Amino acid sequence: MNFFARLYYPLRKAWKAVGLYLVIAGPGIVVMVADNDAGGITTYAATGAKYGYHLIWFLLILIPVAYYVQEMTVRLGAVTKRGHAEAIFDGFGAFWGWFSLLDLMIVDWLTLVTEFVGMTAALAIFGVPPWITVVAVIVLMAVIVLNGRYWTFEKLALLFCALNLVYIPGAFIVHPAVRDVLHQGLIPNFAGGFNGQLFFFLMANIGTTIAPWMLFFQQSAVVDKGMLEKDIPWGRFDTLLGSIITVVVAVFIVIVTGTVLPGIDIDSAAQAAQELMKTDRYVGTFLAIGLFDAGLLGAICISLASSWAFGEIFGWAHSLNTKIRQAPWFYATYFLMLITAGLVVLIPQAPLVLITLFVQVIAVTLLPAALVFLILLLNDRATMGERCNTPGQNFIGGFIVVSIIILSTLYGFSVLFPNLFQ
Amino acid sequence: MRSLFAKFAAINSRYREPRIEMSGAVRLSLLLLRVYLLVLVALMIYKFVLIVRLG
Repeated sequence: MNFFARLYYPLRKAWKAVGLYLVIAGPGIVVMVADNDAGGITTYAATGAKYGYHLIWFLLILIPVAYYVQEMTVRLGAVTKRGHAEAIFDGFGAFWGWFSLLDLMIVDWLTLVTEFVGMTAALAIFGVPPWITVVAVIVLMAVIVLNGRYWTFEKLALLFCALNLVYIPGAFIVHPAVRDVLHQGLIPNFAGGFNGQLFFFLMANIGTTIAPWMLFFQQSAVVDKGMLEKDIPWGRFDTLLGSIITVVVAVFIVIVTGTVLPGIDIDSAAQAAQELMKTDRYVGTFLAIGLFDAGLLGAICISLASSWAFGEIFGWAHSLNTKIRQAPWFYATYFLMLITAGLVVLIPQAPLVLITLFVQVIAVTLLPAALVFLILLLNDRATMGERCNTPGQNFIGGFIVVSIIILSTLYGFSVLFPNLFQ
Repeated sequence: MRSLFAKFAAINSRYREPRIEMSGAVRLSLLLLRVYLLVLVALMIYKFVLIVRLG
């Protein structure tokens, strides 16, 4: 009896903590899992097929990278109560503000195209024509965002995040050799040597884990959710959990294709799903369902990131807690982005798979500029006060920026001089 | 259209003065970084076109 009495209070405390977390949970997990979007699934599937388990260690490094970058947006949003676009305009002036907004618009729109590429390809496996997928997705997304509550949107998004975990049982079904996964995957190595293709895959994998739109999305979501400075520890936990989930899912996708399709050149996740169906119908179906889910979640979040940014700068009402009549421009930009991106995938003979991979690489190339602004904003003591970046956080942020620039440069050199890294 | 231009002008005027002070060297570094990254993006687009044209 005494034992149970002693257990009661810690358990009640833990239960209360879980309850509190469930209230705060959202932006971190949603943004991170949404980053495992259609382009992401394609990149991971292609990485596993091309390099087997050999790049798993690199994916694991991306957990702290994603956490440190996104955690800064939690602090910035909770302290300033303004979105990322507005913070850049206010901090650095209109010139840099327009530059950043233009970057965001272009990369967001291109990424949105890749989401539609993934969704139409996924449902095409089940015989659904692309135009039906595009129309159905736009209608579904309208229903999700037009209900006029951020809370509902977020909980639905979390449901889609849960569906993203479908790849984990998929990896167990294909029976990978655990010894090989640990031996080849956890010891840093560059299978196939340094060459343009490796740089491309490394960049694409970074681009699927951290992207400019994520900075804008999470900061705006933190503001729309109404998170306060006292909620920052929970926001950090939410972001850490999200970054672990996103990379774990990525690793399992790599394990699936690395086990079943090693050495095969995979152009798209849909192609991987079709190939997998020949081996195991369930795994192929899991990959296709997961691809559609990833595209849908990515599309919801990316179009919202742009609409929030526009709303902040143009002074329009820009909250999911508003009805369409109260925020017409917010919803107009949201649907304009969606519809135009959806139309691209209906263009016959468009090189959709190539677009998907290149968009990831272009997104990561533009990332350092956004990160430099983020780090500078986090060093503004007048605004951030005690929530300012520590020297350690600045070092890590700077290291990430420099690493991405070096990798982008190496890829640039491999494009200009294809024989340099043979 | 006129109101749209007025909106842009209002935004430019509202954010004319950056709140965070940056030295000339920092501003130049930021500009060079931007230009450099855009050159890299241009290279990637070139590579994309090359792949598409080669089929």
